[in-house]
Parts: sequence; C-alpha cells; structure tokens
Amino acid sequence: MNILKFLESLANQGAVESLNTKGSRRDTLSQLGKMGATAAVAAVPFSMLFSQKAAAATAASAAVAETATDALKLALVLEYLEDEFYRTALERDFLNNEQTIIVEQISQHEEAHVALLKGALGAAAPAKPTFDFTAGGAFPDVFSNPATFFAVAQAFEDTGVRAYKGQAGNFPNAADKAALTIALQIHSVEARHASRIRRYRDLKGWIAGNDEGGHPAAADAVYAGENVTMQAGFNTASVAAGTGNRTIPAIAGSESFDEPITTAQATAIASLFIVA
Amino acid sequence: MKNTAVNVKPVTTAGPNGRRNFLKMSGLALAGTGLLIAGCSDDDLDTPATDNQLPGVRNGKFDLGGGDAGILTYAYALEQLEADFYTKVVNNTSFTSIFSSEEQTVLVDLYNHEVIHREFFKAALTGALAGTGGTVLPSLEFVYDGLNFGNRLTVLQTAMKLEDTGVSAYNGAGQYLDNVTYLGLAGKIVSVEARHASAIRDILNGGASFAGDDIVNAQGLDKAEKPSEIIRQVASLNIIRTPFTAQFLQ
Repeated sequence: MNILKFLESLANQGAVESLNTKGSRRDTLSQLGKMGATAAVAAVPFSMLFSQKAAAATAASAAVAETATDALKLALVLEYLEDEFYRTALERDFLNNEQTIIVEQISQHEEAHVALLKGALGAAAPAKPTFDFTAGGAFPDVFSNPATFFAVAQAFEDTGVRAYKGQAGNFPNAADKAALTIALQIHSVEARHASRIRRYRDLKGWIAGNDEGGHPAAADAVYAGENVTMQAGFNTASVAAGTGNRTIPAIAGSESFDEPITTAQATAIASLFIVA
Repeated sequence: MKNTAVNVKPVTTAGPNGRRNFLKMSGLALAGTGLLIAGCSDDDLDTPATDNQLPGVRNGKFDLGGGDAGILTYAYALEQLEADFYTKVVNNTSFTSIFSSEEQTVLVDLYNHEVIHREFFKAALTGALAGTGGTVLPSLEFVYDGLNFGNRLTVLQTAMKLEDTGVSAYNGAGQYLDNVTYLGLAGKIVSVEARHASAIRDILNGGASFAGDDIVNAQGLDKAEKPSEIIRQVASLNIIRTPFTAQFLQ
C-alpha cells in the first residue's frame, strides 16, 4: 500500500468520522482552539484518538518498502499542506505587517517546494488532498487569531523538519543522491522557518527536550522523542567545555540535535488536517 | 607461487559513489587478522601500497581523509571552528554590553550547541577510527586577526557566515556518506545549524532575512556545496592557522 492510498484510507475510515462526532469530545476539541504560548491544556480524548490512529498508521506502513519516490511523495503531501496553509492565511488577511512579512517569505518557499516536488515526481505526483486546518474544529480561529495560526504553523514546520529527516535512509542508491541533496536543501529551509516562528512566539528557535511550547496534548506527537540526549553512544547532556569555560547545561544536549519521525508518524500528524 | 612480500591492502567496500568505506569494516579489516595477501604475480611487487584514505598526516600535513571518515573529520573541523568562534564571543569582556540579554541568550545557546557538536564528532571519530590506523583530527589553531569580538555587527555577520556555511556544508556532504547512521546524525545537526542561522539573521536584519532571498533560492532551496568548495571558502576567512589538506574529498 503506498503512502497516498494509505492517507486516503485513513481519511475515509477514521478522520472524518472522528473529527465530526458530536458530543463531549467535540466540546473538548473546541477548547483546544484557545492556544497561546502560556496556555495550560489538560490531556483530552483527542490525543487518545490520535494515538489510536498513530498505532494504525504504524502498523499499516510497517510493511511498506520505502523508496526515494515514496519519500518525495510524503514530502509533497506535507508541502501541499504548508503551501495551502500559508496561502489561505495571506488571503484571509488577518495578520499584521510584521507577521505578513514572515508568512509571505515562508509561503514563497512552500509554493516553490510544491512546484519542485511535483516536477520531480511527474506522473507519480499525488494529487493535493483536501485540507481542514481547523482539524475538525480543534482550532476554529486558525485563520482569524494570529496566536492560533502561529501555534499551528510552528507544529507544521517542526513536523516538516522531523519528517524530512526521517526519510534520510530512503536514498541509498547512487541514482537517489541528487534527490537526497534536494531533500536536505528543503529540510534546512524548513528549519529556518521553524526557528523564526518559534522565536516569534517567544520560544527558543531550537527544541528543548520535548517541550511543546504551549501546544496542547494533541501536539504531543510533534515533539515526542525530541528529548533524547544519547547520540551514537555519546551523552550530549554532560559535555564539559573545558577549564575556564562556561558550564554547558544539560538541556543544551537535546537542543543541539533534532530528531526524526517515521513516515507513519508524519502521516498521522498530517492526517489530522486532511479530510479527503 | 613466488614468495611475495605481504602487500597490506585494506579491505574496502565500494559504496554507491565508489568511495571506500573503512568505517563499516573497522575492527575487522585492518586489525592484525585482517591482512590480505595481495597475490603472487610480479605486478604486485611493484605496485605501491594504495593510500588507505584514512584521516592522518601525509607529508607533514594532516589530511582529512576520504570516505565517511573524511566527511566526519571535515564536519569535526567545521564544528571546531564554530565552537572556537563562539567561545571567544561569549567570553569577550564586552559581550554583556554590546548584546541585549535576549541576544546574549541566543549566542550562549549557539556556544553550547557548537561545543557539544564538536565534542560529539571527537568522540564519534575516536570510536570509529580505533584500530584502523586513522588519526583523529587534532585541535586546530584559530586566529582572528582584525576580527573585533567587541563589535556587535562584526560578531553577528561572522556568525551568520559560519552558520550559513555550516548548513551548506552538511547539505553538500550528505550524498557522500555511505553509512546511513552517519547520514542520520549529520541530518540531526544540520537542521539545528539552520535554526541558528535563522536566529542570527533575524537578529541582524529582521524582516524576511531569517530565510532571505540572499540564501534561499527561487526553488526554495538552501545551498549545498561540495567539501572542496566549502573548504576553499573557509580557508579564505584566514582563521584556521593549522595547515591541512583534503585530497580525498570531492
């Protein structure tokens, strides 16, 4: 089963049904719309739903042999998502001048990424999914409240960085290397985006531990695993700078390395915003 | 069969780029039991030993080496440079007066991260080269003639140059790494360097400069330059005093 069919099946069986269910779950979801850098949010059934889908996603994609083409298809879906997200925000015209300058620059890049990946994939390029950036009402004011918008934007960018990173192993052959380089060149641009958005939200440009920066539990998956400190047997949390130099705090260890997510994990996050 | 001299030819695997990868075989190929007897033909007596392309001194200068070991050593050299630069930045007597407290926090974080990156590569190379005959790159000597660490703009512009160069270096080196674990580790670092670059650029010039048109091209791509090109650029900064070569890197 390829990634796009998988996304389709996920949308058909799970996403639409869950996100549109009335009742207490929906009410709780609407509370998630109140987001900000200091918002405290309790764990809600939404994250349970998410983890169920994540488990299904992991199981379903476990048997998929991932090639460079698969990697580019996943990348294109994520770029479609970001491209439409930023384009829509600019069209809705609710951002101030400073915010608009940031978003216009990012939007320009995402549009270029879509064009590049579509061109690279040719006939194999998946069609653009239908997106719901409110995630079924979880973020009802995503395109009217800048705080909500930037919180969701941060999740997209940090996810994008991790998703591209997770595909690094899918370009093993000599013929894949040009595509690997392109993927790396996009990946670092997404990291520039992520850093700017995080800093705009008064966070550090880099990820400390698995700190979600005020995101609700629904965004757990975006930052899960970012708190690792061992890198190839090296403990990044206890580095001595040397005599006479400043002490390096333990948290700098997890900040100094970003962590990948798998295809399944990236797909599960994206599918929260895909309805068809 | 003639009694030939044992010609030690290290066991190599040719990766997809044709590069020799010694690190996968370390401990197996180049340890005492892994010697290959080259063969019995007359040709072998006259064939000079092929360079093993491991990092180490050749003709009095340290060569970064080839294959994955060369790329890791190259990355280690760049991280040494960044770590040394930021060490001088944050320890400069004017640091707290030329930078706002927010800017100081950013620069101290960059110092923290680059020192960690440097120590990581030192440890990784120490482990990977153990028993191979390769040498871990020593601490390079850096000089900053004319670079005023007490000047805010100079520091930020130099930091921007180093971070953007680091991003391009990692992006351009990825295709030459055979070992997917090393590629993954490089991938984990390059995005942090890009986060750094974004922050420094934003502090310097605000607006769209975090990912400005001067660094991200019309296709939305960051740079990806080959090791030889990056080394040329870094050399032109005239900061690295220790001479070195990189004859086996592309």
